[in-house]
Amino acid sequence: MVEKNNSSAFVKFDRVQKSYDGETLVVKDLNLEVPKGEFLTMLGPSGSGKTTCLMMLAGFETATHGDIMLNGISINNIPPHKRGIGMVFQNYALFPHMSVAENLSFPLEVRKLDKVTREEKVNRALDMVEMGEFKGRRPAQLSGGQQQRIALARALVFEPELVLMDEPLGALDKQLREKMQFEITELAHRLGITVVYVTHDQTEALTMSDRVAVFNDGRIQQLATPDQLYEEPENSFVAQFIGENNTLNGTISDLKNDVATVKLDSGDIIDCKPVNVSTIGERTQVSIRPERVELNKKRLPPGSHTLTAEVLEFIYMGDVFRTRLRVAGNEDFIVKTRNSSDQVRLNPGEKIEIGWSTSCCRALDA
Amino acid sequence: MVSNSSTNVLLSADGTPLKKSLNRSLRQQKMRALLLIAPLLIFILVAFIMPIVSMLSRSVENDLVGQTLPLTVQSIQSWDALSGELPDEPVYRAFAQDIQNAAKAKVHTKVGLRLNYEKSGIASLFKKTARKAKKWDIENDGPFKEKLTKVHKGWGEVEVWQTIKTHSPTYTSGYFLNAVDMRKTVQGAEWQPEDKTILIKLFQRTLVMSLIITFSCIILGYPVAWLLANLPMRQANLLMILVLLPFWTSLLVRTSAWKVMLQQQGVINDVLVQLSLISNEGRLIMINNEIGTIVAMTHILLPFMILPMYSVMQTIPPSYLRAAKSLGATNWTAFWRVYFPQSVPGIGAGSILVFILAIGYYITPEIVGGTKGVFISNRIAYHILKSLNWGLAAALGTILLVAVLILYWTYDKIVGIDNVKLGG
Repeated sequence: MVEKNNSSAFVKFDRVQKSYDGETLVVKDLNLEVPKGEFLTMLGPSGSGKTTCLMMLAGFETATHGDIMLNGISINNIPPHKRGIGMVFQNYALFPHMSVAENLSFPLEVRKLDKVTREEKVNRALDMVEMGEFKGRRPAQLSGGQQQRIALARALVFEPELVLMDEPLGALDKQLREKMQFEITELAHRLGITVVYVTHDQTEALTMSDRVAVFNDGRIQQLATPDQLYEEPENSFVAQFIGENNTLNGTISDLKNDVATVKLDSGDIIDCKPVNVSTIGERTQVSIRPERVELNKKRLPPGSHTLTAEVLEFIYMGDVFRTRLRVAGNEDFIVKTRNSSDQVRLNPGEKIEIGWSTSCCRALDA
Repeated sequence: MVSNSSTNVLLSADGTPLKKSLNRSLRQQKMRALLLIAPLLIFILVAFIMPIVSMLSRSVENDLVGQTLPLTVQSIQSWDALSGELPDEPVYRAFAQDIQNAAKAKVHTKVGLRLNYEKSGIASLFKKTARKAKKWDIENDGPFKEKLTKVHKGWGEVEVWQTIKTHSPTYTSGYFLNAVDMRKTVQGAEWQPEDKTILIKLFQRTLVMSLIITFSCIILGYPVAWLLANLPMRQANLLMILVLLPFWTSLLVRTSAWKVMLQQQGVINDVLVQLSLISNEGRLIMINNEIGTIVAMTHILLPFMILPMYSVMQTIPPSYLRAAKSLGATNWTAFWRVYFPQSVPGIGAGSILVFILAIGYYITPEIVGGTKGVFISNRIAYHILKSLNWGLAAALGTILLVAVLILYWTYDKIVGIDNVKLGG
């Protein structure tokens, strides 16, 4: 089993810990395997340890404990310049005193390639990001998006198998960011490179990645594909962090046939899918996505528990309606409904019955 | 009211030109700003600009001879100084009248001293003549040619009269010629005799030693600035205090401390002897020469190099070095190709600061420089305080000032003053 894992994993974190001050662990027992060609995103709030992990992989920080393996070889004692890992930095880190071509040529020069090869590779990399005509410019003469492309080209020009990206799109405006998200993923898949991408923007993580590792408090909370992450969060942190989420607090009152009956703090009873709860009487946080709440009682399976809700606010958002309800004492319970022709518009003050299918309602840790 | 020619001038709501009403509205603001800086402005004007202007003018001013000996200056104009013959009686007569007036007004020693800079011996000649001339009756006591020559045979020398004639105009280039080891004679400018040339050598020495000091400061200061910019806050603050510590000690104390360290019976020599690196007889001479000046001044000027370098290095994000390393550069390549070029403006700022300070330094070379390690500024001080040849001191100062300005200008042309960062 161990043997097989080693051969399939291109990048592997094996029980890695990191502490800066010897008192607190920034990264606690990290285990992660990235197969070749995967686009993996490390997602998490600031201070969750994701950037530290990236820096350890790049070689700028040393792991306090554990092994980091690249292609089956421990790289703990290999200095950054010998790792051959491409990296795109948060503020691009394009050398301001060099032209675009010189910036791209730099990694080739230090690898002692001859001039003809260098020029050829620089041109190819620039064409790849459609920046061929900007060769002679200085980084300061380029816009943010253009600098971003050059930084990407520079990280790819020496043909690394692994590229790390540290919030590379953070400084761009929304429209450009979306365009670049697409371009980066497209390029990564075309070149077949492995990418480890760090961001705190969940939309970016969900749209770009093959798999997402959600970090919090120095641990990976969940490692899954974007759809699994959104639809099947494994704990309440992930449920809260990814997408919009309604929570209801309660206690497990019954647990059988993969259905957990939860007695909410308001006294109401609902049915949920138990995720990481195991005993009756345990406190739980029930999580349900706003778009999975059913307003039409007829569409619910017979015998489903329903809750009484009072409409507090109705917001028209174009493609969707967003209704804020008071449900079981929670005044921030959001329901999203599609703006279809038969959809009713609710008025504040109205009392309605809401429900959901058991599989959409997840009982998580409190 | 608005003329036809200015139809394209923008008008404000009440019809006055926009520029005019803008100026009016800004005038009050400007006045307030001016009032706020007025005390400083007046202080600088009185204590800085005016002395400099008066110093500059002193370097070409020469009204003493013309004022004290007006008749002589007038009548000597017709004398051909290159003829090799003494001037005629009217010149002698005019001089007798002048020297008598000067003696009565007690200004004869001044003019004697002034001419003595140009030809030694003239001071005593004037003193002696003035004593005698007080009793003369200018109307009847002629001819003065014989009379003056009898008082002092100097009056029979053509050179004395040539000196008076050469230095009679109100403005003179003489001081500047002196400042570059030349002198003004009736034939025009010529080099000083070999044994009197010192100033060009001093200028050269000042330049060369200032360059050496600047380079030493770069070499010693760069690593410190690097540490300051890259250490964690707490350690960096401590280091910063150490860098600034010298500013809290008197310059005189620091320089004197070097005297204790460097002298032949001093700390460094003692340690070297004890370590048997040098013999007791072979103690190194490190004070009262160039080494003393270079060591002490490098130490004193080091903070002026470190601070500008630090402020530039602080603005270089560590991600550049990381980027270079991730691209495959070794530590040295990353530093040399990526970090160093970006720190050059700091080196430039520090160098120009240290060099300009060094070139005009006075106290330190005076104390530890001996005779071999003194700068041009020490010579200026000598002429101001001892020889009282203020004109020459002013000319030397002017040359120094112009040299610094030229340097600044060249630097601006080559590097660009905008690239010099002294803070933030």
